[in-house]
Amino acid sequence: MEKKYSCMQLTALVVLRILIGWHFLYEGIAKLLNPYWTSAGFLSDSKGFLSGFFSWIAETPSVLKVVDFLNIWGLIAIGVALIAGFFTRTAVVSGMVLLLLYYLANPPFIGYSYTSPAEGNYLFVNKNLIEMFSLSALLFFPTGKIIGLDRLLLRKKTAD
Amino acid sequence: MTEEKKNENKEKEVSTGRRDILKSLATLPVFGAFFYGLYKKRQADNFKKNSILSELGLGEKAPEVLPKTTFNKAGDLIRLGIIGYGGRGEYLVQAVGFAHPDICDLSGEDKDEIKRRKQRLENFLGQEDLNVALAGVCDVFDVRAERGLAASRNETRPGAKGLPEARRYHRYQDMLASDEIDAVIIATPDHWHAQMTIDAVNAGKHVYCEKCITRTEEEVHRVVETVKNSNITFQLGHQNPQQKTFNKAKEIIDKKILGKINLVETTTNRNTPTGAWVYEIHEKGNPRTIDWDQFQGPAPHRVPFSLERFFRWRCWFDYGTGLSGDLFSHEYDAVNQILNIGIPKTVTASGGIYYFKDGRDVPDTFQVVCEYPDRNLTLIYSATLANSRSRGRIFMGHDASMEVGGSLTVTADRNSSRFKDKIEKSIIDTSLPLFTYRPGSEGIDAITSATEKYFATKGLMYTYRGGKVVDLTHLHVKEWIDCIRSGQKPSCGIERGLQEGITCHMATKSFLEGRKVEWDPVLKRIV
Repeated sequence: MEKKYSCMQLTALVVLRILIGWHFLYEGIAKLLNPYWTSAGFLSDSKGFLSGFFSWIAETPSVLKVVDFLNIWGLIAIGVALIAGFFTRTAVVSGMVLLLLYYLANPPFIGYSYTSPAEGNYLFVNKNLIEMFSLSALLFFPTGKIIGLDRLLLRKKTAD
Repeated sequence: MTEEKKNENKEKEVSTGRRDILKSLATLPVFGAFFYGLYKKRQADNFKKNSILSELGLGEKAPEVLPKTTFNKAGDLIRLGIIGYGGRGEYLVQAVGFAHPDICDLSGEDKDEIKRRKQRLENFLGQEDLNVALAGVCDVFDVRAERGLAASRNETRPGAKGLPEARRYHRYQDMLASDEIDAVIIATPDHWHAQMTIDAVNAGKHVYCEKCITRTEEEVHRVVETVKNSNITFQLGHQNPQQKTFNKAKEIIDKKILGKINLVETTTNRNTPTGAWVYEIHEKGNPRTIDWDQFQGPAPHRVPFSLERFFRWRCWFDYGTGLSGDLFSHEYDAVNQILNIGIPKTVTASGGIYYFKDGRDVPDTFQVVCEYPDRNLTLIYSATLANSRSRGRIFMGHDASMEVGGSLTVTADRNSSRFKDKIEKSIIDTSLPLFTYRPGSEGIDAITSATEKYFATKGLMYTYRGGKVVDLTHLHVKEWIDCIRSGQKPSCGIERGLQEGITCHMATKSFLEGRKVEWDPVLKRIV
């Protein structure tokens, strides 16, 4: 094994990985199961330096379709991968990229107000940002090769 | 290596192998928990949704209530004339397929403005080809007449290619006398509506007339009589009922979901100079470019040339009826389309010029109360031109309230008898909509989150997916054109015109005379 964790450290890291995976998976599946879901509302409400880009997506039906598809299946794939510990590193990095995009689409900066009310109070830091940096912890303290399907992949590789 | 040691090593390998596999698969049971949770959640949601929908007997889809608009046989070319090519006239002509070349201009300093223009062009090009020609333009202001002619020459839309240029008529009577015109759109100030409609019908032309149908009660009776005794197709310009939400609202009313409806509240909330009819005065407007005499026509008072009166005619009772004919008419018609209430028994109106003290004589704040004792119902209209707080259009029944606009929201009443059981069991939450319906999403969302409720009330459109944005006026004019070809009756025909006209004039009369007025159904007069 590349890393040595204490039992408690390992447990905490794996639980964190599963919880974030669960969250991604359910966000994806909930959108998949809702025939009326589209990211258009969220995107057209975008503020900040990328708002032009996000609004363009919302207003271009063909692009929106692709973005919605990628978002739903991206969330599901990342969720499954995190829970199973399968291609964990790729999943962690992709998850961070998605969260960064969500953060940049609706950043909680001073002076920005959104049509959709937030469920809490945020200044610069919101839950997207926290979840993103939680994933960064998983990137630097990987667990997929200890508890997860990546362990099997590793074993196969070393056996070869 | 001895045989014993070899065996030991093998055992060790097997046990590490086993441990490896166990550790690899350790988190997989989480999926079991996840999908069990998902299944339970779906079950609960579906139970809630189905018990609400089955209780209400509602389908998820929007009903197709407009068979006439789906009727589509191009038929022979219909040659249209436009009388009054002002702001509204230009919009109507664009809705039939002829836009001023301005529409191709996508330049601008403001990003939102460019976006708006792009959308406008896209909508225009996406409109269905109605197989009509713009054959005549009549306007008393030269600049506008020229714009109309330019629109007839514009070949941006593929279907407009090869059609001849419109002819300009200085007098509408000449247009009506021409056998090159089959039908006319009347978008002049209200004081001209009656005479023009009557003359057009007598000349055998089909008529699309903007609301309000006339300026006075007496004119309503004359127009109704003339149109009823003819074979022409008449449509009044209330495009609101082409909204899909109105069809859904009708279905909800028919299914008696709201319970006994006792009060309908509808409003106008504007707060801009344009909203208050302070329209721009064109720089080229002067006695030489405007035929003032013809503009005044049947107006009760003849006054010297006035740019304000010409461009901002809605501010004077000489040419229209202010809020009553311009906006109460729309609101009344919307409610009438949904509830079929007809002419009220009594009307009381009040208001005043409280903000726009610019020389106008029509009120800028206006309240109308219509009583329908036979229906056990009151319709209240409240308008201000100096505050834009959105107050919606709300149908109130004993069991639920319904707000109808671009989207539709039904909320159960906390003291409802019908939903009492479900409210007690927490299947229905009266702090959230029972359901919302958004035309773009093609369905009812029975489980509405707080966020979605917010979007619905804000009217944020979900029309991006599965369809393009279609202009309501286009649908309304299309229905008229389709009916001309098929001989069917359009949705806002002369009977609706009578009800709309009389109701508006009851409000105006009540306001001007400071008393409650009554409709005498025997004499067929406002008394």
